[in-house]
Amino acid sequence: MAESAADRKVIYHYTYRRSPDQDARAAVCHPVVVVGAGPVGLTMAIDLALRGVDVVVLDDSDRIGDGSRGICWSKRTLEILNRLGIGERLLEKGVTWKLGKVFLGEKPVHAFDLLPEEGHRMPAFINLQQYYLEKALVDRADEIDGIDLRWKNRLVGLDRGNDGAHLTIETPEGCYALDADWVIAADGARSAVRDLLGLPFVGQTFEDKFLIADVTMLADDIPTERRFWFDPPFHSGQSALIHRQAEDSWRIDLQLGADADADAELKPERYLPRIGQMLGDRHFTVDWVSIYRFNCRRIERFVHGRVIFVGDSAHQVSPFGARGANSGIQDAENLTWKLVAVLKQQAGLALLDSYDRERMQAADENIGHSTRSTDFIAPHSPAERRLRTAVLLLAPKAEFAQRMINSGRLSTATVYDTPLSTPDENPFGGTAQLGGPAPDAPVSRPDGGECHLLDALGRGFELLYVADGARPNVPDGIEVLVIGKDLLDSAGLFADRFDARPGSAYLLRPDQHLCARWRHFDADKVRAAHRRALGH
Amino acid sequence: MGKLVTALRFPDPDAAYVALVEARRGLTEEAAADLDARLVLILANHIGDLDVLNEAIALASQPG
Repeated sequence: MAESAADRKVIYHYTYRRSPDQDARAAVCHPVVVVGAGPVGLTMAIDLALRGVDVVVLDDSDRIGDGSRGICWSKRTLEILNRLGIGERLLEKGVTWKLGKVFLGEKPVHAFDLLPEEGHRMPAFINLQQYYLEKALVDRADEIDGIDLRWKNRLVGLDRGNDGAHLTIETPEGCYALDADWVIAADGARSAVRDLLGLPFVGQTFEDKFLIADVTMLADDIPTERRFWFDPPFHSGQSALIHRQAEDSWRIDLQLGADADADAELKPERYLPRIGQMLGDRHFTVDWVSIYRFNCRRIERFVHGRVIFVGDSAHQVSPFGARGANSGIQDAENLTWKLVAVLKQQAGLALLDSYDRERMQAADENIGHSTRSTDFIAPHSPAERRLRTAVLLLAPKAEFAQRMINSGRLSTATVYDTPLSTPDENPFGGTAQLGGPAPDAPVSRPDGGECHLLDALGRGFELLYVADGARPNVPDGIEVLVIGKDLLDSAGLFADRFDARPGSAYLLRPDQHLCARWRHFDADKVRAAHRRALGH
Repeated sequence: MGKLVTALRFPDPDAAYVALVEARRGLTEEAAADLDARLVLILANHIGDLDVLNEAIALASQPG
């Protein structure tokens, strides 16, 4: 039983409003203009505003929710969005999950748990339709001063100057000019900014086509886990995926092969039976359907003078692994504090080179994982398929083969190999890694209130010092939290995860990544590490 | 310096060869290729050294 409701989409409409800039005699100059009000652009705008930098956001549309896109939001992304103030709303609305199962035919061959330990504020993942995440970001942007969100403002011209850029923007009431010290291109895979600069977007396009659909279905008997099939009985010879989203919505992904005819596959008489075979006799409604071919590609550099690329405008991956929007949000996080430090003259332009370096490392990791997953899911030849079948058949009998199954390696934060980090003088164990985001841990306040480590961090550089005598005198520009005084490690998990001993000190960047650590506090060393992390 | 050992390691090489022959005796070409694929994976994991694996691939890839 099925019906098609491809036109029924959740859409939030916003209103074009004339900006005073459109009536100015000369182009008004703004410190930062973000192009694109998607998850990445809005994350950047909110983070900038919370750090005290005014921002204009341009979007060529006046709505969100045209179709579904990203659904899986990773732990690191949730930690960032929680810092921006929407973590709770997302957790409340989304579906929390951490388990996955892989089947060969009908037989389960592998199961995985993406967060097997307790004591983290955020789960491994939530699933939430992208339009709900965007809605939460727009709502949050409305709550904060300093964000000027302009719908139906399409960028049509971009001239780069020595210390800024001149923009031409088209609106329903005609064009106007705007100047920006910095332009952030968050305008997605079909980036207008990238086209205006003529930057090549190169990489690999995969031949196989995939049908992606969101269906509404009451199916509480299906557990909340990512289910992936190789060669299932309901979709012979291909792969299939089902994953629960909020409000009885389910994401379905069916591989169609290289020869599929996209136009024919988009007809309800074709896709309804395909989905019906998968869902058996359950009643379902198709809310959205699309045919995709995947790309893994990036531009050569992300920083182009005063124009900086974040998210899909800079790099694109296949959806297996949830590495698209998650990495874009992590781009925004990486760039924002650095741009703010430059704007506030706490750092030189050289700090932005580290954005290029760190996020290109992340993009290459993501493209590498995504390419390997796509190659595993869609083998290029019968010989490759034979090897894959061998892995799948061995999996129930041999642990190593389970680990070779690649139905998507799900997004984790990048551990930056970066000149901003001060190399360790002493060995450290635990899960905290130099260059990686600080692992979360449950802690309590001296008044007994429970919280998590990441909640307790401020917006700037933070020194975590494990109590051992006097409170350290830290250099300007660094906040200090004394573990054992300001925060109590009652469960001992901070000590485990950071390999902490009395006197140990950990310097975190404003994006919560660990950039230096010592066994003993030394103000000069902390000062040097701080300068280094600011690119000096 | 290569890490791949190509000197003989079996005390009885004929017995090792026979074991490999007998594993595929009576199999179709398809079934034998499937067997080899599984065998390659099992042995590669047992070796557990990517350098050795790459050297072995390079040696095996040399045309007759």
